[in-house]
Amino acid sequence: MSYFKDFKRGILKENPVFVMLLGMCPTLGVTTGAENGLGMGLATAFVLVLSNIFVSLMKNIIPDKVRIPAFIVIIASFVTMVDLLMSAYLPALHAKLGIFIPLIVVNCVILGRAEGFASKNNPLSSMMDGIGMGLGFTLALTLLGSVRELLGSGAIFSHSLVAENARTMLLFIMPPGAFLALGFLIAAVNRLKGAK
Amino acid sequence: MKKLESTFWNMVLVLFGVAFISSLLLGIVHKITKAEIERAQMVKQFKSVIDVLNEGFDNNPGKEVVMLLNDENQELECFPAKKGDKLDSVAVKATTPQGFSGNVTLMVGFLADGSINKISVLEQKETPGLGTKMTEEKFKSQFYGKNLENFKAMVKKDGGDVDAITAATISSRAFCDAVNRAYKVFKTYKSTIEF
Amino acid sequence: MEYIIIIISAVLVNNIVLSQFLGICPFLGVSNKISTSLGMGGAVIFVMALATIVTYLIQKLLLVPLHIEYMQTVSFILVIAALVQLVEIVLKKTAPALYQALGIFLPLITTNCAVLGVAILTIQKDYNLLESVVFAIANAVGFTLALVIFAGLREHLDLVLVPKGMRGIPIALVTAGLLSLAFMGFAGLV
Repeated sequence: MSYFKDFKRGILKENPVFVMLLGMCPTLGVTTGAENGLGMGLATAFVLVLSNIFVSLMKNIIPDKVRIPAFIVIIASFVTMVDLLMSAYLPALHAKLGIFIPLIVVNCVILGRAEGFASKNNPLSSMMDGIGMGLGFTLALTLLGSVRELLGSGAIFSHSLVAENARTMLLFIMPPGAFLALGFLIAAVNRLKGAK
Repeated sequence: MKKLESTFWNMVLVLFGVAFISSLLLGIVHKITKAEIERAQMVKQFKSVIDVLNEGFDNNPGKEVVMLLNDENQELECFPAKKGDKLDSVAVKATTPQGFSGNVTLMVGFLADGSINKISVLEQKETPGLGTKMTEEKFKSQFYGKNLENFKAMVKKDGGDVDAITAATISSRAFCDAVNRAYKVFKTYKSTIEF
Repeated sequence: MEYIIIIISAVLVNNIVLSQFLGICPFLGVSNKISTSLGMGGAVIFVMALATIVTYLIQKLLLVPLHIEYMQTVSFILVIAALVQLVEIVLKKTAPALYQALGIFLPLITTNCAVLGVAILTIQKDYNLLESVVFAIANAVGFTLALVIFAGLREHLDLVLVPKGMRGIPIALVTAGLLSLAFMGFAGLV
């Protein structure tokens, strides 16, 4: 049962984006559409799960004083793997996400979970925590991407929902829209949590 | 298992070991994905060429690429497509710096008689939803089948024949400019192979 | 002339925080007061210039000749982490006054994605060494500018009555959105 709790925590209660406000750069940077948000979320989740498992497996053989650089190497290796695999098999998405793929390394969610959770817990709970947090992150990015795409270009996952000449709120797929949309989404999440 | 002490040699050994294993793994992944990455990049590069050329050619335009200078000393790539030995169509890659926020690069396909077959936008950083409409067929298709000898590739505001994108005159002008650049080089190319 | 274009483009038109979305964490985290954001900005200018020089040399002298460009992410982040530590130690010993001003911000910079981002961007844009340094400093100045303006706005925000759900981060994000909107006015400048 406790494994399920590790899994569930990241999705809503401690959602990395809406509640803990971590990993803001890719959250704002790539979410011009739902598809980008989903792709970025899954790439991050992949790195998060693997780095959590390996950090947890190696927690006893890494001396305390060099733990941060060791974690960084582990995380950076998985990021490079995702980078290589994506540019080989998903070149279109890779081109869209661009510089934010190598920047998964400095996503505070990943180092935060490695340091805060995986280095203190067993591999299985760390894996569940990674999956939960990763899904929470993906959920947040996809939601933000959908909202921006819907308002900004009248579509979701590139399926247009409005008439061809309809005027959409372009602002939302431009940089300022990222800040505005995320601000109102977090306010909405706060409101929902307060209502409970 | 007890946690390793933070002694000097422990630290050196562990960091070295982690780095060694990680670079070994990455080397392997790199080896596996290398061919596929190169293929994906090739496809990306030549897809736009093939897209704008007239269908049914039987040579490899990517192999016969010619670099030509235009009057501004810009090097433009021309990809010739042939049926048998006869030139069928040419794809020209042209860049203009006149976009609203930076370069606009187009791949323009010309039929042998000089009329435009198709155009694809390779690079643009125009305002989303306004200037970016240049990538849509609705705007591009007004060029298709036109010969720049009797079709003035300029926006109507400047006395040409092109319907500009609403609220994005600068982007439309840049698009026309790139098309004109491509056409000039196409003419140079045609004269070099005919004589 | 090229340098002026690089500078204007990095500071105003493509501002690293407000239109490229790099360095958002410190942008939201340490922007409560103008004085702290100036300190953070100073530390970022220093580290970013230094990190860009070092990563540029690593790329050109190590990764490219050995054909291991795929190790870029791993090597860059390690170098930046080590560099930040080194700067901290050296500053502490040689310039205690400067350390007092910038010291507490240094550890935060390792996970500032703007530093790694700019190091990778300079490689992607194929700049030479001098252009890279100009680009790095201009971006860091752009970061500082955005941070200081934002801190100024937030100082005033403290005195305003905000609806309950919007308090804290949401209203800060909306403010950042409006600031980013203002910076869009620079589009087309270069």
